[in-house]
Amino acid sequence: MNDFTVEAIGLTRLYGGREAVSNVSFNLSKGQVLGFLGPNGAGKSTTMKMLTGNLAPSNGSVKICGIDMMENPKEAKALIGYLPEMRPLYKELTVDEYLTIAARLHRVSGAHIKKAVELAKERCGLGHMSKRLIENLSNGYQQRVGIAQAIIHNPMVVILDEPTVGLDPIQIRDIRALIREVGSERSVIISTHILPEVEMVCDHVQIIDKGKLVFNGAIDVLKKQRIGNKLLIAMNKPPKAAELLKIAGVEEAESVSDQLMRVRFTDGATPAEAIVQAAVAKGWGLYQIGPDQTSLEDVFVQLTYQEQEAA
Amino acid sequence: MIINVARKELKSMFASPMGWVILALLMFSFGTYYLNGVNDYFAVMSGAMRPAERTGVTQFVGQNVYGFASFMVLFAVPLLSMRLVSEERRSQTLPFLFSAPLSLTEIVLGKFLGLVAFLSILVVYVGAMLSTLNIWADIDFGFIVANSIGLLLMVASFSALGLYFSSITQQPVVAAILTFIALFALMFLDRFFAGDPSNTLASLSLTRHFQSFAGGLIDTADIAYFALFIASFLTLTVRRLDADRLRG
Repeated sequence: MNDFTVEAIGLTRLYGGREAVSNVSFNLSKGQVLGFLGPNGAGKSTTMKMLTGNLAPSNGSVKICGIDMMENPKEAKALIGYLPEMRPLYKELTVDEYLTIAARLHRVSGAHIKKAVELAKERCGLGHMSKRLIENLSNGYQQRVGIAQAIIHNPMVVILDEPTVGLDPIQIRDIRALIREVGSERSVIISTHILPEVEMVCDHVQIIDKGKLVFNGAIDVLKKQRIGNKLLIAMNKPPKAAELLKIAGVEEAESVSDQLMRVRFTDGATPAEAIVQAAVAKGWGLYQIGPDQTSLEDVFVQLTYQEQEAA
Repeated sequence: MIINVARKELKSMFASPMGWVILALLMFSFGTYYLNGVNDYFAVMSGAMRPAERTGVTQFVGQNVYGFASFMVLFAVPLLSMRLVSEERRSQTLPFLFSAPLSLTEIVLGKFLGLVAFLSILVVYVGAMLSTLNIWADIDFGFIVANSIGLLLMVASFSALGLYFSSITQQPVVAAILTFIALFALMFLDRFFAGDPSNTLASLSLTRHFQSFAGGLIDTADIAYFALFIASFLTLTVRRLDADRLRG
């Protein structure tokens, strides 16, 4: 047996003949945070529903810590904490009552329920809300209650569908810290369309578009793609492109606007110093030079767009 | 695990005013009927000269109260059962139960038992109320026990049917109306076949199977009928919820 916490093998889901998710496979190990990215309607939530046993896949299988979700759903579900997109809160109950029920249903033994509830409240910053009705809590606090019920039984795998929606920046920071904390000892899968969030929280990224996995890899790969091998140079008196091409390592030069030029260099080369020297020697009036970061958004659009072209 | 789901349902029932209001109203009306029954007993019996016309106080008051109770739950159960699944479906809380380590059977049984436990408060209350007659008279406890069992079985059957109708819709009100119509039809089915009591359809009537309990007779055939009735609607509910998981 391997030590994957989540194994998805060829997950496919048909909705009336249309493939909402098609042939998605991936593995997740202990201590990893996986970010699920994709535009609206890409199949993120559908995949998560299948992972948590809320939806039966048309094809393929899910294994949680080696336990098959189809054959042994109760054992597999006991290892998962899940927060769906729509928070499943019983609004007529108080925070304490709701979390106690969640703990009980997730097989927390009677003697530990109180402790588990206290711990979950502390981790989600809900301590002073214990006796409040969930109905009367603000959106952000309701979201925290949702996260608290997902981690209350200390599950091996925590699956959060868009956990930071509707939170203020400080709460978002707290929740991200919490996700990292949980992710250090367990496995976490989060879905989002906020790209910087993925960069901040996740080790692994999966981009899903139109039900297909377009990108699956470590976050570093995505970052590399993002930083790339381009320099952006701003000069008062920019030279001709040909002059820049003479500098060792420069492969391509184009002017972006009348003062801005973009330079692409060969992998591993560091032409920045040479460019600065040339600029000083020839009086180009250099005032700014830096790596040209295509934003993560661009990478994202590229990846999802490529897929469209291929299709 | 079934108990935990049932406890959750009970908590929700008592957390909303609906549960309390229905309990209070029913207890008030049962109390009134009981009081009227006791008063009428003296009026009727003082007029009944021949011994053959006389009935015991338990039977007289009991029939009055239990007959009324079996009619009143027809209104109470749909109002209580309507929210069981449809409300969860509407507010999207079903994934909370579906992703917990519970089988669908456990969820359905838990919800059913939660509602029956709530309604059994009424059955116990009515039984206790009639037992107070024992302070003044020597009453027939067997009659009260048989009626209580009958009422409980009837209430449980209503709940199972209500649970099923609640699981097929998203609107609690629609569930309540459907449940009410179905129960109404099932209860008065034997009236339609009054001219032909041996008709098979007439024996599907819930009231007919309550009759023997109302007379103080515990008949296994009637118990079997109620048990089958409950089991079929609970199975249908499980199937309906499983379709959610399969069809999405």
